Amino acid sequence: MTVLLFLIPAALALGVLGLMAFLWSLRSGQFDDLDGAANRILLDDDRPE
Amino acid sequence: MTICCPIGPALDFAVFAGDLAPWITTQSNGAQELDLIVPGISAPADILRIERELGKLADVQSVRVNYSGKRVVTTWNKTDFKPVAIMEKLNDLGFVSRPFDPSHSGLKTDDEQSRSLLRAVAVSGFAAGNIMLLSVSVWSGADGSLRDFFHWISAGIALPTVAYAGRPFFRSAVRALSSGQFNMDVPISLAVCLAALMSLYETFNHGEVAYFDASVTLLFFLLTGRYLDQLMRARARSAVSQLLSLAASSAIIETGEGQTQIVAATALRPKMKMLVAVGERLAADGVVEGGSSDVDRSLLTGETNPELVSKGSSVHAGMLNLTGPLVVSVTAAGADTFLSEIIRLMSMAEQSRSRHVQIADRLARIYAPAVHMLAALTLIGWLIWTGGDWHGSLMTAIAVLIITCPCALGLAVPAVQTVASGVLFRNKVMIKDGAALEKLAGIDTVIFDKTGTLTLGRPRLADGQFVASASLALAAGLAKHSHHPLSRAVYKAATSRGVAPLAVDDVQELPGCGLSGQFCCEPVRLGSRKWCGLPDNASNGLPEFVLVHGKNDPVVFAFEDELRPDAGTVIEKLKHDGLRLEILSGDRQYPVGRLASALGIEIWQAGVTPQGKLAHIQSLKEAGHKVLVVGDGLNDAPALAAGHTSIAPSSASDVGRTAADTVFTGDSLQPIATALDVARATHRLTVQNFALAVAYNILAVPIAMLGFATPLVAAIAMSTSSIIVVANSLRLGLSFPQRLTRPKFAASQSAQTATQFEGVPA
Repeated sequence: MTVLLFLIPAALALGVLGLMAFLWSLRSGQFDDLDGAANRILLDDDRPE
Repeated sequence: MTICCPIGPALDFAVFAGDLAPWITTQSNGAQELDLIVPGISAPADILRIERELGKLADVQSVRVNYSGKRVVTTWNKTDFKPVAIMEKLNDLGFVSRPFDPSHSGLKTDDEQSRSLLRAVAVSGFAAGNIMLLSVSVWSGADGSLRDFFHWISAGIALPTVAYAGRPFFRSAVRALSSGQFNMDVPISLAVCLAALMSLYETFNHGEVAYFDASVTLLFFLLTGRYLDQLMRARARSAVSQLLSLAASSAIIETGEGQTQIVAATALRPKMKMLVAVGERLAADGVVEGGSSDVDRSLLTGETNPELVSKGSSVHAGMLNLTGPLVVSVTAAGADTFLSEIIRLMSMAEQSRSRHVQIADRLARIYAPAVHMLAALTLIGWLIWTGGDWHGSLMTAIAVLIITCPCALGLAVPAVQTVASGVLFRNKVMIKDGAALEKLAGIDTVIFDKTGTLTLGRPRLADGQFVASASLALAAGLAKHSHHPLSRAVYKAATSRGVAPLAVDDVQELPGCGLSGQFCCEPVRLGSRKWCGLPDNASNGLPEFVLVHGKNDPVVFAFEDELRPDAGTVIEKLKHDGLRLEILSGDRQYPVGRLASALGIEIWQAGVTPQGKLAHIQSLKEAGHKVLVVGDGLNDAPALAAGHTSIAPSSASDVGRTAADTVFTGDSLQPIATALDVARATHRLTVQNFALAVAYNILAVPIAMLGFATPLVAAIAMSTSSIIVVANSLRLGLSFPQRLTRPKFAASQSAQTATQFEGVPA
């Protein structure tokens, strides 16, 4: 059962990592313009020069 | 093309020239930032076009388009950069823009609240997931020290989470209790806190049962409901503030020695000399000092016939200047009798408005005491049954509190309302809050204003088919030089018939009279009967223009207010729904009667003052009717505030739009019918959701009271009931399928923007 001593902290750390990533994305404004973000991926800015 | 209008060209959309400073913010790195609202952004391609074109401006550091909020944020770092170049560039690209202060419009606090709720959702979601993982291990047989170990980890996650994510509920519960009331947040807070504390106590004593997962999952579900609620309100507010920012007008003031300056309407002070060009709306109340003109005051009184003003006349904000430039001395708004009277009436109306208690709160008043009673009964019952086993009895009582915690109830309303507001939003209706939706479902009487509500407030040539094309072409040749609504109607009638306007020389516009010019070396006039030398026999009260050219017979053009295109079918549908319909208008007898009979509305009154409207609505209310008021003007504002609920078109006056609970955009009247349908469907689904939640309680409460509620049972019961309620709410979206008219909606919105601005000479 000693394996739990590694696995539980590992599981929690991964969870915290996800939470931090979400909070960071929230703070950096990635949730401010959901419709825009959905459309930007389709915008094609490569114009032959 | 603007005639007798010396200040026309200055207005060329550089509306905020020289006065952008208040809207520019300096960033920490020294860069300067301007936030613009651009309602015309309607297609994803606009993002690229705006960002590319604005990026080409010298010195511009970054351009970022917010597509959902229809905003453009531009930053630059050169102090000598002229930010008005950004607005000019946008104008060249075909977008009207207005500077925008997010903190002023309340959008910033909305954003912050949404974010802090979303953070709480994320934290509680993370905690719920991890604790559930540990709980599953406990349920599947971990015991002894391993179970304690899992419980301790759970406690370590749960307690900070409850302290952090539970704050919105604790705050609201404390607020309710301190004012001596119960709301849903009281049992929620109690259940969450008790569950966490009891579990901590059990963990200390190596107990078998801990409810950490229940308390955190509960928070997660409830916060999701709260977030949805906030999202809906923020979306409505953002849309309304977009409209308001467009209406936020500016004025040109004279600063002495012939110098002029353009200032925002809010910066106007008494005694300032305001220059009002043809086609502009007055930004403030005042007295005319120079010039004379016809003004359209339909937004103020509902009266469609323009009024002649000259030196000494008092004029009001919201009036549209039609025929000649005016110099207006600004007077204090508070001293003005008309607006202050309206505001006094509105505050009276708001006082008389019975406070609407939302369904969720009404239920909470029964539910919360009932739940607490049940828990207390359980405690007493178990104490007697077990002969004084405090620990076991308390555990069971707390289990009752947890299992009855209104998890599904907390989602029952916000889930439906969020779907509903989404549906309404796609149908051009912006609803300010959930209470408006609930009130809309219960109405039995609809009172319409005429001008601007049932009609578009734009005159149209009546019986135009009887006018000869040659006369129409000549009249249109004169009319195209004028901003007068009747002239525009003539011009529009000509173009829609495919008649090219004839070229008329030497066109002059005389306020209060009409247009004159030269055609084929003969004088030609288009204007009022009196001015054209005809006897004044206005038999029907419709506005008229007469065309006289040389020795030809005079031609009379009569005008009527243009109906909203689908007013007939919408009225038919509302009647079919069994609603009592009335028209209350400030306009004259004949046009109102003509419209009422055209639409088949039997009850109508003309020439009603704002006081009269208010009194009528109050008498209806006393008779027990629930009245929906639909109106747009300043004169409708008290009525809008007095009605059970109210709807205004987006073209309404600022005061009207603010007074109304719901705003719709576009020329169609259909949004009103849709709003009523959606409101009723929302009400049905909300009641169903409550029924589901109560049914769940009827099943779960006996189990808990008998002491069979393990944490596993609680977790399953809670999740299933919440999911069922959310799934049921989503059915609303199915019964009002998403129309694939998004680009169309956007197009009509920008068309509307164009009409709002067509008053500005281009």
